[in-house]
Amino acid sequence: MAQSTADDAPIVELHDMGKMYGNIRALRGIDLAVRPGRVTCVLGDNGAGKSTLIKVISGLHQHDEGEYRVDGEPVRFTTPREALDRGIATVYQDLAVVPLMPVWRNFFLGSEITRGVWPLRRLDIERMKKIADEELRAMGIELDDIDRPIGTLSGGQRQSVAIARAVYFGARVLILDEPTAALGVKQSGVVLKYIAAARDRGLGVIFITHNPHHAYMVGDHFAVLRLGALELSADRGQVSLEELTNHMAGGAELAALKHELAQVRGVDVEGLPEETELPATPASSS
Amino acid sequence: MSAQATTPSPPSPPTQSATGLEKRTAERSLARRFLARPEVGALIGAIAVYAFFWVAAPTFRPADSLSTVLYQASTLGLMALPVSLLMIGGEFDLSAGVAVITSSLTASIFAYELTLNVWMGVIAALVVSLAVGFFNGYVLVKTGLPSFLVTLGTFLMLQGLNLAVTKIFTGNVATNDISDMQGFSSAKAIFASDITIAGVPVKITVLWWLLFVALATWMLLRTKFGNWIFAVGGQKDSARAVGVPVARTKIVLFMLVGLGAWFVGMHELFEFNTVQSGEGVGNELLYIVAAVIGGCLLTGGFGSAIGPAIGAFIFGMVTQGIVFAGWNPDWFKFFLGVMLLGAMLLNTWVRRQASRR
Repeated sequence: MAQSTADDAPIVELHDMGKMYGNIRALRGIDLAVRPGRVTCVLGDNGAGKSTLIKVISGLHQHDEGEYRVDGEPVRFTTPREALDRGIATVYQDLAVVPLMPVWRNFFLGSEITRGVWPLRRLDIERMKKIADEELRAMGIELDDIDRPIGTLSGGQRQSVAIARAVYFGARVLILDEPTAALGVKQSGVVLKYIAAARDRGLGVIFITHNPHHAYMVGDHFAVLRLGALELSADRGQVSLEELTNHMAGGAELAALKHELAQVRGVDVEGLPEETELPATPASSS
Repeated sequence: MSAQATTPSPPSPPTQSATGLEKRTAERSLARRFLARPEVGALIGAIAVYAFFWVAAPTFRPADSLSTVLYQASTLGLMALPVSLLMIGGEFDLSAGVAVITSSLTASIFAYELTLNVWMGVIAALVVSLAVGFFNGYVLVKTGLPSFLVTLGTFLMLQGLNLAVTKIFTGNVATNDISDMQGFSSAKAIFASDITIAGVPVKITVLWWLLFVALATWMLLRTKFGNWIFAVGGQKDSARAVGVPVARTKIVLFMLVGLGAWFVGMHELFEFNTVQSGEGVGNELLYIVAAVIGGCLLTGGFGSAIGPAIGAFIFGMVTQGIVFAGWNPDWFKFFLGVMLLGAMLLNTWVRRQASRR
């Protein structure tokens, strides 16, 4: 990697961050650093706190404990716009595009380029089409027609357009909320490719997923959430895909599940990990 | 992994990217792109209806018949236009029909009771019309209720107000004649005069209508606000997420309907000098019919400004064509219903053809 260590300082940092919803502790003791040109994968089961974490980082919610720093400076965003102004952009799974509008209009929606003075101020269509086309190409996205309604693109391509858009509008940190969740194998591959492309352009990427295989393909750092706390936080070199999958499946639960499955006839538990390999106590009490 | 690895090195060098863009946009055939336009179905329908009456009714053919058709189309089209924009923005306005009468009544009663120049009435009507539109939009974005219900409420309220307030002031269901008041002739010149084009008398509303359609088309396709209209109608949440002011866009759209109601209301007032307070009911559906025939999607996010103009033109042709053909006008609504269903089928078919890859 051609990245020098000097500008390797984290853009987004969480220190012992916690978040309460009333009496419910959604997150506690979260430490996370997002560096430029690195992909930080946040994994976890449903309800582990992944959504809460991105909501805090993207400015939808505020944290209650600890610190949230951008460029080393403590912040407390009240709207997503503020986060966006600091270069933290979120690409939501469904909230990305308007299906019936052309690709280039979607690309610039909300930040249209205009020319002329009011009341003759109008869209600079030529320029927008040109920029959209160039930006999409720079991300390696090949579309046969930029005028096509974005709804006619595949799910992976749509995600990719949304990613390219965030990159163009000055995102330094890209938060991707389960971009591969609703996609097939091939489409997921398309999105993973653009995640890598965004990383290579020097962006810090927070990749939320519950698929350890997808995470391991592009990730530089892995954070596994469980019940609102970090169960694992390790760099790529410190963790193997098997370990990651194990953590993801929720070690202790997996052991319990194996125990239960062993009592069902016809289920082969030979290949499953041994309970002793996992740091959990056997779940036998009920 | 190296930083350069992800650039998949396209076969063409980057210097060709500008010409590549031209080529790529041209790849979709011209015919397909044309079929993808929202108003194509309506255009085909309009040609068919025109040909039909040309054959069926010889009196339909001369230029002054066309002028009558256009006049009929313009009074509907002037309202169908903002109603369509609103529909592209994802909302309905069921109060649009009676709002026109509210506007006429306001101007008439205000000017007459205070014995002011009629222009004061015109201004008062503008304020009231915009306020009604604002009310609809504001209640919609604040409560999150469907526009069908919000404007149904406004529709009933305005209907009641139109009758009750008129009776309070005039003791009658109609307003007093204002044709002898100060400023009447200048107002009539703007809202309801006849002008002659190439020897054919044409109502001025036709010109206003065409002008507004042109303006709306430009706004829809070439301005930021037009972009936002499609976005809030197509996918409200996505639009909000990328920074489009959704609430403001919707309120402005409702106020544009108010503006249209004001304009048509002023035309009615200065054309007939007096207003029947119970009228206008049912017209809101005709506006929606024109919009839908013109290719606006009922669910929002798709449509044009030209489409509803063609829809209104079809409406004008059917209304007048039946008269010219000497048929019983009782059949008019039946034909309109047939047109609506036919247009829906045609539009759906055309769109399927266009989206096929």
